[in-house]
Amino acid sequence: MTDLPSHTERQLGLVIDLDTCVGCHACVVACKGWNTQSQPSPLSDQDAHGAAPSGTFLNRVHAYEVMPQAGPAQLVHFPKSCLHCADAPCVTVCPTGASFKRAEDGIVLVNEADCIGCGLCAWACPYGAREMDMAEGVMKKCTLCVDRIYNETLPEQDREPACVRTCPAGARHFGDLSDPESEVSLLVEARGGMDLMPEQGTRPANKYLPPRPRDAWQGEVDVLAPWLEPVAEEPRGLLGWIDRTLARL
Amino acid sequence: MHPAPSLILFTTLSGLGFGLLAWLGIDLSPPEGGTAFAWLALAYALCLSGLAASALHLKRRERALKAFSQWRTSWLSREAWAALATLLLGGGYGLSLLLGYPLLPLGWLTTLAALGTVLCTAMIYAQLKSVPRWHHRSTPALFFAYALTGGALLYGQRWPALLLLALTAALQCWVWIDGDRRFARSGTTLASATGLGPQGSPRELFPPHTGSNYLLREMVFVVARRHAVKLRVLAGLLAFVLPAALLLATAISYFNFICLALHVAGVFLSRWLFFAEAEHVVGLYYGR
Repeated sequence: MTDLPSHTERQLGLVIDLDTCVGCHACVVACKGWNTQSQPSPLSDQDAHGAAPSGTFLNRVHAYEVMPQAGPAQLVHFPKSCLHCADAPCVTVCPTGASFKRAEDGIVLVNEADCIGCGLCAWACPYGAREMDMAEGVMKKCTLCVDRIYNETLPEQDREPACVRTCPAGARHFGDLSDPESEVSLLVEARGGMDLMPEQGTRPANKYLPPRPRDAWQGEVDVLAPWLEPVAEEPRGLLGWIDRTLARL
Repeated sequence: MHPAPSLILFTTLSGLGFGLLAWLGIDLSPPEGGTAFAWLALAYALCLSGLAASALHLKRRERALKAFSQWRTSWLSREAWAALATLLLGGGYGLSLLLGYPLLPLGWLTTLAALGTVLCTAMIYAQLKSVPRWHHRSTPALFFAYALTGGALLYGQRWPALLLLALTAALQCWVWIDGDRRFARSGTTLASATGLGPQGSPRELFPPHTGSNYLLREMVFVVARRHAVKLRVLAGLLAFVLPAALLLATAISYFNFICLALHVAGVFLSRWLFFAEAEHVVGLYYGR
C-alpha cells in the first residue's frame, strides 16, 4: 500500500557535507556502476556515444556559486539524490503501490514489477530524485544501496551505500538519523545540518551540512611586504645621469 | 511541464464526455430509445477515447489494471474507480432510457459520479505541491467549469452554455493571471532548494551533466513561455468568445456543432498551456 508508515523504526539516510565535497563525481559513477548491476534491470543510457547522450542516474552533482554580502564568491558542489522523506509525496501519489516507504528503516523504494511508468511520482518529487528508465519503462531511484547495507556476503566496511563508500573527500555519511546518538545525528547537530526545500513539507531524511564560513583578510597579513619595497626610488650613478640628461632634452 | 499530447487529449476528451454525462443525468425529460442510445454512445466514445489516450501515456500498459489498487492515497487510482463507476451507472441509466422506463435517480447518481471523476482528474494535478501553478483550489474548479461548459454545448443547452461560457472565461482569465504569481508565492527558490540562502545568493554555475535528461525533458519545459500571451488570447477567443458570439447571433441548432468545434479547439489550446506553462520546482536546481 502507498500509505506512508505512521512510524519508522529507524530512518536511514545520508548526510552530505557541502563544505568538503570537491565535485569529483566519483559518487555519481560509483552509484551508476553498482546500481546498473544490482537492480532488477540496468540503469539504461540512450545514445550513450552519440550526439545527444542521455541516461538514468540516481545521483547527480550540481555546482552553484554563492555570492555573499561581502567578500569573494564561493563555489559549492552539490550532490543530490533521493532524500528518503518522512512525508514522501512520491509514495502517496503512486496508483499501483509500486512506490513504498519501508517501516523498518525508512527507505523509499520502487517495486519495478508493479510500476506502470506513469511518471506521476517523478512529478510529485520536488527534488528531481526519480528518473524514468527509458529502456525499461519503469521509475528508478536511489535505494540507499539496500542490497549493500544488509549484505552479509560483503566485507563489513563495504556495507554502506556505494556513493558513501567511494567518496574520496569523506563528504558523504550514512547512518540512522532517527537515533539522536548516531554519528550522523551528532554531525548534523554539530554542523547545523539542514533540510532542502523545507517549505515543501516533505520532511527529508537526508541532511546537508552548509559550507563553513571562509576566512577573510584582517589587517596587515603580508609580513614580507616591507622587505620587498623597491630600495632605490630614484636612479643614481650613470643611469641617474642618463635620466637627468634625457629629461632636459 | 512537458505538454504530452496523450494527457491533453485525455483531459479534454474525457472532460467533455463526463460533462455530457453530467447534463444527461440531470435532464428531467431525458431522451428515449434511439436518441438516448446515440447520446450515451457519444458520451462513452468521448470518455473511453480519453481514457485510452491516458493509457498511451503509460510506459508499461500491460500493468495498467494495477492502478485500481491504491485508491486510499492516490488520486490517479481514485480516478480509475470513479471513471468505472460513472460508466457503469451511466450504462444502467442508459439502459433504463432505452427500455422506456427512465430511472431518474440513477441519472442523478451518474451526474454525481461524472463530476467526481472530473474532480479526481483535476486533483491529480492540484495535489502536486511541486508545481505551484497547479497546487490551488482553482484547478478542480477550472476542470469542473470546462467539463460542464463543454457538456452544455454538446447537449445543446443554450442558456446554461452561454452562462457557463461567461463564467468559465472569467475563471480561466483569473487563473492565468493569478497562476503567474503562484511560483513566487510558494516561497521555493534556489536559496531554499540548496539551503545556501544564509551564505549569500546562489546561482547555477554549471549543470551536473552536459546532455539533457528525463527531468529536463519532462519537467523543465520552457519553450511555451515565450508565446504564452498570444496563445492565451487565441485560446480565449476559440474557447469562449467565438462560441458565445455564434450562440447569441443565431438560434439555429446546427450552428451548435460549429460552436462546439471552436470551443473544443480552444480547450485543447488552454490544456496545452495548462501543462506547458506549469513550472516544476526542480527547474530551480537547473537554474531555470
